Amino acid sequence: MSTDATLSFEEAMEKYDPVLGFEVHVELNTKTKMFSSAPNVFGDEPNTNVNEVDLGMPGVLPVVNKTAVESSIKIGLALNCKIAESCRFARKNYFYPDTPKNFQTSQYDEPIAYDGYLDIELEDGTVFRVEIERAHMEEDAGKLTHLGGSAGRIQGAEYSLVDYNRAGVPLVEIVTKPIEGAGSRAPELAKAYVAAVREIVKNLGVSDAKMERGNVRCDANVSLRPHGRERFGIRSETKNVNSLRAVEHAVRYEIQRHAAVLDSGEPVIQETRHWHEDTRTTTSGRAKSDADDYRYFPEPDLVPVVPSREWVEEIRQTLPEPPAERRKRLKQDWGYSDLEFRDVVNAGVLDEIEETITAGASASVARKWWMGEIVGRAKNADVDPGQLGVTPATIVELSRMVEAGKINNKMASAVLDGVLAGEGTPAEVVEKRGLAVVSDDGPLLEAIDAALAAQPDVAEKIRGGKVQAIGAIVGGVMKATRGQADAGRVRELILEKLGVTV
Amino acid sequence: MAAINRDDVAHLARLAHIEMSAEELDRMAGELAVIVDAVKSVSEAAGDGVPATSHPIPLSNVFREDEVGHTFTAEQALSGAPDSDADRFKVPAILDED
Repeated sequence: MSTDATLSFEEAMEKYDPVLGFEVHVELNTKTKMFSSAPNVFGDEPNTNVNEVDLGMPGVLPVVNKTAVESSIKIGLALNCKIAESCRFARKNYFYPDTPKNFQTSQYDEPIAYDGYLDIELEDGTVFRVEIERAHMEEDAGKLTHLGGSAGRIQGAEYSLVDYNRAGVPLVEIVTKPIEGAGSRAPELAKAYVAAVREIVKNLGVSDAKMERGNVRCDANVSLRPHGRERFGIRSETKNVNSLRAVEHAVRYEIQRHAAVLDSGEPVIQETRHWHEDTRTTTSGRAKSDADDYRYFPEPDLVPVVPSREWVEEIRQTLPEPPAERRKRLKQDWGYSDLEFRDVVNAGVLDEIEETITAGASASVARKWWMGEIVGRAKNADVDPGQLGVTPATIVELSRMVEAGKINNKMASAVLDGVLAGEGTPAEVVEKRGLAVVSDDGPLLEAIDAALAAQPDVAEKIRGGKVQAIGAIVGGVMKATRGQADAGRVRELILEKLGVTV
Repeated sequence: MAAINRDDVAHLARLAHIEMSAEELDRMAGELAVIVDAVKSVSEAAGDGVPATSHPIPLSNVFREDEVGHTFTAEQALSGAPDSDADRFKVPAILDED
């Protein structure tokens, strides 16, 4: 496979102005498929979540999934789109074994949602508005595995195996208008846009939004034009860029590749490109040709979808607060610094901290526990922090115990381990493990005597006024009591014992 | 006469994966033109006040509740397949899109 020439990103930016466009496919998490009552479940045994409709058998009739329509309207509204007064489905005709019907049921001239926008916040806080052309309903295709050639690649494959479990899964395809003016921030914007769409559909609860499972898939269009020229250059479409990082890298690479092609005086070929994560490059797919003549026509087996304005308004009332607005509100309410808040967002514990605060913890205590104790444990266990099994109630109980002086911070951490090991509530773990702070002076005085006797020179220094030396004695007592003493009380008792007043 | 020529028919045949002989192309070009003309007469019948429609039945919003119904077993699903392997349909490798 030949390697395409590229220019450095900086040089490409000096000479050219990038224009982007995205098609993001979102798989809905309905219980059933778009047009059949077969289950929409990921990862089941091949060809078991199918019935006659999904297999395109003769004489079958599709019926539209009401929840899928509702989810599509939700997505449209969240993208600030207009919702069509009336829209219809269309057949997109093509021959490929991923669809047993030889057409994909989609929408063509009448999408359910159109003319929207999404404000994308870049890392430095700059807001960039991306215009949405349309969001339309369609169905996913089956999954092909190419075998017999080199691992998984279609080139050289001898045959393909087809699993139709995914065929008919409801999709919403979101198409942007051409995005101009991003300049050198185009790769960053690309990533931020796809991240924002993913976050929105997840927040709406209409998709599982796992990119690694293909719930959100991105096709990235890139073209370049010389600075100052209005007419767009010829674009390439990089297919199935399926992680946020890959979206950024693919856009950057295509900009560099286009720049080298244009520099050589050649025209860019309008074609599909395939993204390769291993080499972070794209290779030529197929040129746009007759095969793209999909002969769309209205789907005769389905009647129009006419969402009443009452229904649309009803749905609008149920929409959750948009993620970007929610973050702004929470950051202000909690009083975290920019850095603290970003760490919380990146660690994925925003919801957990909010719940913990609702359960009665202060914002700083909630952050201390989630960021200081739980995130690290989750990382070790290789699960999301929210799935580790720590409830807000546990954190509130632990922090109350610390505040009341029943346990110290170190013990609280051990108590959390106990709770996670299934030993019961924090109170029960404290009881079982005998972790309560020793505040009975008797055992403490004994330990203090022993510590003083063990380090007579230190005792002498303290008596002589060098109070800062007390750490060594406190340390000895803590060691002797296996960390269960209240360090503050130990200090008081030592000073009292040595007759030092501070 | 409608503008359906021999090249249009050859193009459609290719898209539809239908092999047609030279004689068939000639004949179909003529026949399709007549058919298109016949369909065109509908637009003469419908005046300006009649909106375009894609469906003859005045129905809309025919929906299904999102409830799981019946499915096939893999064995049933594959029962009509010319070839299969590992509970999946086996097809020749086709160099096209992914």
